[in-house]
Amino acid sequence: MNTNDKETSRPSPRPGFVLDVDRNTPPIVFHHGENFRLEKLPPGRSRVVYPSEPLEGLPDPEGAIKEALLNPLGDSDPLPSLLKPGMKLTIAFDDISLPLPPMRKPDIRQRIIEAVLDMAAEAGVDDVHLIAALALHRRMTEDELRHAVGDRVYDSFAPKGLLYNLDAEDPEGMVVLGETPHGEEVHFCRRAAESDLLIYVNINLVSMDGGHKSTATGLAGYTGLRHHHNVHTLRNSKSIMDRENSALHASNWRMGDVIKDAGVKIFQIETTVNNNTFGREGPLALLQKREWEWSARDRGQFIAMQRGLDLLPVKAKRRIFGGWQSPYELTSVQAGEVEAVHKKTIENVYAQQLVTVEGQTDILTMGLPYICPYNVNSIMNPILVMCLGLGYFFNLYKGKPLVREGGVLIMSHPTPWEFHPVHHPSYIDFFEQVLSETTDPIEIEKKYEKQFAEDEWYIHLYRNSYAYHGVHPLYMWYWGSHAMQHLGRIIIVGGDQKAVRRLGFQSASTLQDALEIASDVVGPQPTITHLKNPPLVMADVI
Amino acid sequence: MMIKQNLSGKRIAITGATGFLGTALVERLLSSIPDCELLLLVRPGRRGAEKRAEKEILRNDAFNNLREKLGNEGFDELCKKRVTAISGDVGTDGLGLDETGLIELAKCDLFIHSAAVVSFDSPLDQAVEVNLLGPVRIAKTLNELAISPHLVSISTCYVAGSRRGAAPEDPVDASPFFVDVDWKIEVDAARRIRQETETASRTPEHLEGFRKEAREELGAAGTPALASKTEQLRSRWVDDRMAEAGRSRAHSLGFPDAYAYTKALGEIALRESALDIPVSIVRPSIIESALAQPFPGWIRGFRMAEPVIISYARGLLKDFPGIPEGTIDVIPVDLVTATICAVAARGPVEQPDIVQIASGSINPLRYGHLFDLVRAWFTLHPVYDEIGQPIAVPGWDFPGIHKVRKQLERGQTLLNKTQKAFDQLPIRGSRADVIAKLEEQRDQIEKALGYVDLYGAYVECQAIYGLENLLELWNSLDEEDKNDFCFDPEIIDWNQYANEIHLPSVVKAGRVPMSPPSKKGQDRETRLRNQILSPDRQLAAFDLENTLIASNVVSSFAWLASRRLSRTERIRLVVKTLLETPQLLSLDKQDRGDFLRYFYRRYEGAPVSQIYEDSAEQFSDLILSKSFPEGIRRVREHKNLGHKTVLITGALDFIVEPLRPLFDDIICPKLGRNGESYDGRMIDVPPTGESRYQALADYAAANELDLRESVAYADSASDLPMLEAVGFPVAVNPEVRLASIARKRGWLVENFGKSPGISNKILPLAPHRGGKA
Repeated sequence: MNTNDKETSRPSPRPGFVLDVDRNTPPIVFHHGENFRLEKLPPGRSRVVYPSEPLEGLPDPEGAIKEALLNPLGDSDPLPSLLKPGMKLTIAFDDISLPLPPMRKPDIRQRIIEAVLDMAAEAGVDDVHLIAALALHRRMTEDELRHAVGDRVYDSFAPKGLLYNLDAEDPEGMVVLGETPHGEEVHFCRRAAESDLLIYVNINLVSMDGGHKSTATGLAGYTGLRHHHNVHTLRNSKSIMDRENSALHASNWRMGDVIKDAGVKIFQIETTVNNNTFGREGPLALLQKREWEWSARDRGQFIAMQRGLDLLPVKAKRRIFGGWQSPYELTSVQAGEVEAVHKKTIENVYAQQLVTVEGQTDILTMGLPYICPYNVNSIMNPILVMCLGLGYFFNLYKGKPLVREGGVLIMSHPTPWEFHPVHHPSYIDFFEQVLSETTDPIEIEKKYEKQFAEDEWYIHLYRNSYAYHGVHPLYMWYWGSHAMQHLGRIIIVGGDQKAVRRLGFQSASTLQDALEIASDVVGPQPTITHLKNPPLVMADVI
Repeated sequence: MMIKQNLSGKRIAITGATGFLGTALVERLLSSIPDCELLLLVRPGRRGAEKRAEKEILRNDAFNNLREKLGNEGFDELCKKRVTAISGDVGTDGLGLDETGLIELAKCDLFIHSAAVVSFDSPLDQAVEVNLLGPVRIAKTLNELAISPHLVSISTCYVAGSRRGAAPEDPVDASPFFVDVDWKIEVDAARRIRQETETASRTPEHLEGFRKEAREELGAAGTPALASKTEQLRSRWVDDRMAEAGRSRAHSLGFPDAYAYTKALGEIALRESALDIPVSIVRPSIIESALAQPFPGWIRGFRMAEPVIISYARGLLKDFPGIPEGTIDVIPVDLVTATICAVAARGPVEQPDIVQIASGSINPLRYGHLFDLVRAWFTLHPVYDEIGQPIAVPGWDFPGIHKVRKQLERGQTLLNKTQKAFDQLPIRGSRADVIAKLEEQRDQIEKALGYVDLYGAYVECQAIYGLENLLELWNSLDEEDKNDFCFDPEIIDWNQYANEIHLPSVVKAGRVPMSPPSKKGQDRETRLRNQILSPDRQLAAFDLENTLIASNVVSSFAWLASRRLSRTERIRLVVKTLLETPQLLSLDKQDRGDFLRYFYRRYEGAPVSQIYEDSAEQFSDLILSKSFPEGIRRVREHKNLGHKTVLITGALDFIVEPLRPLFDDIICPKLGRNGESYDGRMIDVPPTGESRYQALADYAAANELDLRESVAYADSASDLPMLEAVGFPVAVNPEVRLASIARKRGWLVENFGKSPGISNKILPLAPHRGGKA
């Protein structure tokens, strides 16, 4: 927590903005997996979208949480009045995929859950379950759960079997609550459905998170997810980060209605964090600074870090970066009725992340960092590289994509042919067997989804080991399908050639080469936009 | 029209028809002599004489022209009409003929004896039985039948022995260099040596030695596998001794090898036994591929010069003995068959009747010239090595035989030492394959050394074989016969013969790669893999350690044992386990079953429920982390194809329990219980070595599955009984011994690896339960 002194001594955060690159612009730092690249962008036709500086965190998070629980938004009573002795209470919370990177202790979830449990205890509630809302993500390990909810909560609930990971393949543990008017089955965690109150604890890192998606997706299994996790829906989500224009969210919202109509009472708690991803000080603080403001010392430090990382084996680098925990600060917390809460949440997300950008560009460049939602404490395999670039970063827009239709996307990432055998077993098979045959999302969906989704071995590993569900790599592929359809060419800079080719993309060893390759598609003097992200920035393209 | 007319309608008995010369002779008679009938005396073997004749003679490509001309049906009809195959063996008294055989034989007008043990390194007694006694037995049988058909017996020019200068067409004992020995005494001696060697091979010292050798080769493969290997080694030892005995006896009498020696005595013995039977002896020199008939370059089997040529082309023979200006007496096979036909057609003449068919005296091929031809040809048409590089052939200096042998022996010693050193290292997978290749190289040197020993005498032989009788016969032929049955050695153009006929045929027969491996066609591995992943297979059995996961029972134990320990206790456990490792390894090497029995005692007192709970965690942290994704995928592929999948492992039931959904069944040892905890003793015999095979066989029998239609995956030579039992064995990440066995037998070798990118835990310790302190 920051002291008041520090806060007052800091100039107020500057908003994100678009830099036009001229001859005096220094090289820009690109994320490149567990390393970085300095790239000089062509002057006169390039621009860089910079994120806002971190907003100030709330000075008293505990107080703010309590405040939110007592003064809910929308049609909801304050939490204490919803808690009754003898009631069935379920607290579901976001899993290891949020936030990214994981935040320093104490995690927001711990703070909120402790506050909620205090109120529940006061009200004499003793039937409480805590469920990590995994959907088809891998189970969280003991260490990860301890980090999210804190040792105190873990030790009082886990040994009794009251704190656990959702098992969306447990036929006894799941229930279908009904169908939406579109014929979408609403698959739901039975314990949550049968509780008198379901409290959802969310971390709204990007605008895609939260709202009805928290429960309709987070507490569902394949039966429900398949209705919106498919190529058709995702190609019609423009973008998935813009809830009003996202078919994915429309489906989740329809499901939210069914959940409500089924009598499931939800008390939604949503939070937002600031852009303090790499710290205002420390080894990675540079990544939050704008390049022309670097001091000579910064420059030296950066070069030293880059050289040092070059020398390290990838496993060592992975350990170093994997250990990084972000000093995120809470910027807002709101609780109550789902839609009212989410509206406020999105405003707060946008306040930190949204930057107005004028017009589209021929080429979009981005540096992909070492982490995405599905490789926390794991390995970022080539499919996840694709998903981070095409599924997430490409979709960080409102209005229209940063790059014009038929344009080129250039991403920078080493893209090693490496997989985590425990976390991503079906990814390995998907990469080796499916992608070697086709990269067309429609064909993949038609030919392989059922097979991967219903595979007994994958289901066994999802339920009993720490594996993402068999169908998950296909979902990754669908996530990228809007971008794949929109783009004329996709190039990865500095990637493993074989792996990049398997993804169906082109590989280039330098940005210059990539721009050269791109000229086939967009002509010799294309306009270029670089999305400098993370810290997170979302483009409002007008 | 003499030859055709004279032989037309004759009934001709032939021995040795499955051989190179015999097959050519059968073809020649069928295609060129109208209406003659052939009675083939064929050793029945396992298939029976008739089947053998059909499969091993008539299906040979020698008959392609005839088949083409007549059509398949026409050819079959011709064979049915004109060829009869009966069981017969010149190596047994009475020629192994039954009553019908004898009746058939009695009807013959002509007998061509072409059967011989031609291998230059055959055991002495075998060569004696066939080459020496064969003609005697034929004569005796014919005499007993009271018939005296013209007997044309094929011998060899080399009966003249290793000598210089003229070797005319005279009886063996007419030569001034012949050392007079009694063939009967030689026969007895050979049989006695066999008996003595057999006896010697069964002494405890020798048997112990064979057992040791078998063990070195197979490792802990279990008693039955070791026993059969031991017996194989013993019998090979006896054969080697007998071959050596043959070589030394031959050398002692001035012959290049046992073949020439037994053939020479065979001629004498035949003369003594023939009585009234008119005999003609045809002596060819070194028979090689056909000049023109049945087609240019036709050859059968791998003969004397071919392996030498191929070894040279592969770059293995850096030098070879021989005298460059000396003659190498080669004669194409069709000239030999023509000679035999001519001799047979002419009929018996005054005894002794000997015809030599050779090239040295009138159309000599100089050894140096031949070498130049071979070298030029392979420089133009190089053989390709495994990685697709052309092999450059060396020039030869033609040093003496001793120098060459020394050179090769040096290479052999070096490789032997290297391999011994490697054998001690725990190496697997592709690295083990390198060593297997090394071993192959050693084998090849050994072979080269063998060639030098065997053929050195031939290439250094400088006898010139006289052809007076042959040329007289040639001159007696009319033009048509000369055209149809040409045996004039002068017609051979050696340059053309080498470049266009013989060498192309040798590389074809030797199946050596003459072009870089093509990327398009299915390679061998893909083909084998497709066979394994065919819906026709019924069962796929898997070993666990190093086949599907890179872990072992010791790691599993250390992980489970460390799961609930404090930091100091963990370190103590690790140190203890590390200190014990050498002892455990050596125990494992000797007998896997004993090792498991000893090691599993450690589980004594472990609470059952806790072990089960911790094993579920170990599944992710140890087993899956160290799994081979390709291996796991392979199991699933088998399952999807409808094959039964079964895991056969020495790992304990609770360790492999989480793998159950992967397999239809798991065969593994279980520990007995003492109330709520384990007693550290296995309930059944663990499936290792031959009991692993037994477990698989029992499983297959119980499920009515055919092992020949089954696949087995394993990594170690101790799994040999299981691998050998199935039709489709797969060596996975094989250790050195298995790698070399798999290589020799053409088994599929898979190198499954851990998922790239997973970090290696140095010690198999469990993350402490209860989270980080």
